Amino acid sequence: MKIIADTGKCVGAGQCVLTDPDLFDQSEDDGTVLLLNAEPEGEEAEENARTAVHICPGQALSLA
Amino acid sequence: MTDVEETTATLPLARKCPFSPPPEYERLREESPISRVSLPSGQTAWALTRLEDIREMLSSPHFSSDRQSPSFPLMVARQIRREDKPFRPSLIAMDPPEHSRARRDVVGEFTVKRMKALQPRIQQIVDEHIDALLAGPKPADLVQALSLPVPSLVICELLGVPYSDHEFFQSCSSRMLSREVTAEERMTAFESLENYLDELVTKKEANATEDDLLGRQILKQRETGEADHGELVGLAFLLLIAGHETTANMISLGTATLLENPDQLAKIKADPGKTLAAIEELLRVFTIAETATSRFATADVEIGGTLIRAGEGVVGLSNAGNHDPAGFENPDTFDIERGARHHVAFGFGVHQCLGQNLARLELQIVFDTLFRRVPGIRIAVPVDELPFKHDSTIYGLHALPVTW
Repeated sequence: MKIIADTGKCVGAGQCVLTDPDLFDQSEDDGTVLLLNAEPEGEEAEENARTAVHICPGQALSLA
Repeated sequence: MTDVEETTATLPLARKCPFSPPPEYERLREESPISRVSLPSGQTAWALTRLEDIREMLSSPHFSSDRQSPSFPLMVARQIRREDKPFRPSLIAMDPPEHSRARRDVVGEFTVKRMKALQPRIQQIVDEHIDALLAGPKPADLVQALSLPVPSLVICELLGVPYSDHEFFQSCSSRMLSREVTAEERMTAFESLENYLDELVTKKEANATEDDLLGRQILKQRETGEADHGELVGLAFLLLIAGHETTANMISLGTATLLENPDQLAKIKADPGKTLAAIEELLRVFTIAETATSRFATADVEIGGTLIRAGEGVVGLSNAGNHDPAGFENPDTFDIERGARHHVAFGFGVHQCLGQNLARLELQIVFDTLFRRVPGIRIAVPVDELPFKHDSTIYGLHALPVTW
């Protein structure tokens, strides 16, 4: 699984960070998503990545 | 001659049980999930009641938030246009690309990390108010003692607005959100607050510091050479209003709900790690800012199999969406362990609430501290006598008498 983040679409709501702070962070400057780990491993991390994609309000996250 | 359009309901629909959405939502969702409705403004619009349709509409680029457009669906009588002083749209009334730029300018102030840094100060504010509550007479009104002053102080300190003026702006805010006032009264409240913030921003421009959000925005604008006084006034206006009523009402509604559901409250008391999940469930169950999810179509676009034509208004009934059984199993059950973070209580799409993580943090600190420090707290009147805000654009409680 690979997480793809489109910062152009990101609205900085921080929902991904709340879901899994080991996978996601936010830029201090404009709040947009920073991928800490684009390739989550293990059931829990993969489930968190799917949740983050589902709740992202700007639909800036996708999986490949 | 004009055709009288057939509509299925007139919004806003009334709640029967104060803890549940209007029962009519269920019928609409089952019989006519995308239906024509009448609005108090005299307009007709589409009402959406399914979670997925609401998410799709709010994330589509073909819907506008421009509240000045005659196409924008309004839940109150339309206000008089001001010819002398043009309306300056705030974030919630802008569309991309202007909205994207304006939101990026300020969203760094509301990141999850920035909010966590506020935790000690919010805890101090909550503790001081609970000290005062415990030292005061019983019963006490939790709205005045805790629900309103905590978010109000926090947003004032964050923005750099003097809290000593709180009676003035709280009164403007509640008149603007009331459905019981005339369009003229609403406009007067709007203009008073706008003039106040216009003067405040002017003062700050003369002596801007890094100490507060407005000061930081002024300094940032100077750096980029994009100084825009009107935009700052609009931002201050939006954040001050949005920072008040919403969180205050969720504190009161959440406290009342948890006290009415002692089995659920016991779970939080036993494990404060569950408070955040309880907050998501409370947000879902109440969905207090339902009209924030109104838009109008800028192109012919199909949503959930229905063609919505350019210029037609759409009201995303987010409270109906948050009780859609297709999105939430047994949606009418209050279950703090549901883990339903895909609700749309903060909206969805590019306008999703900027201050949502501040709201979560305030609610978390308030609930954890209140139930720890006042374990014997209970509602001091029969629940059916509580004054719920059936008359406001933002749902909540006018008062919550408690004793302990």
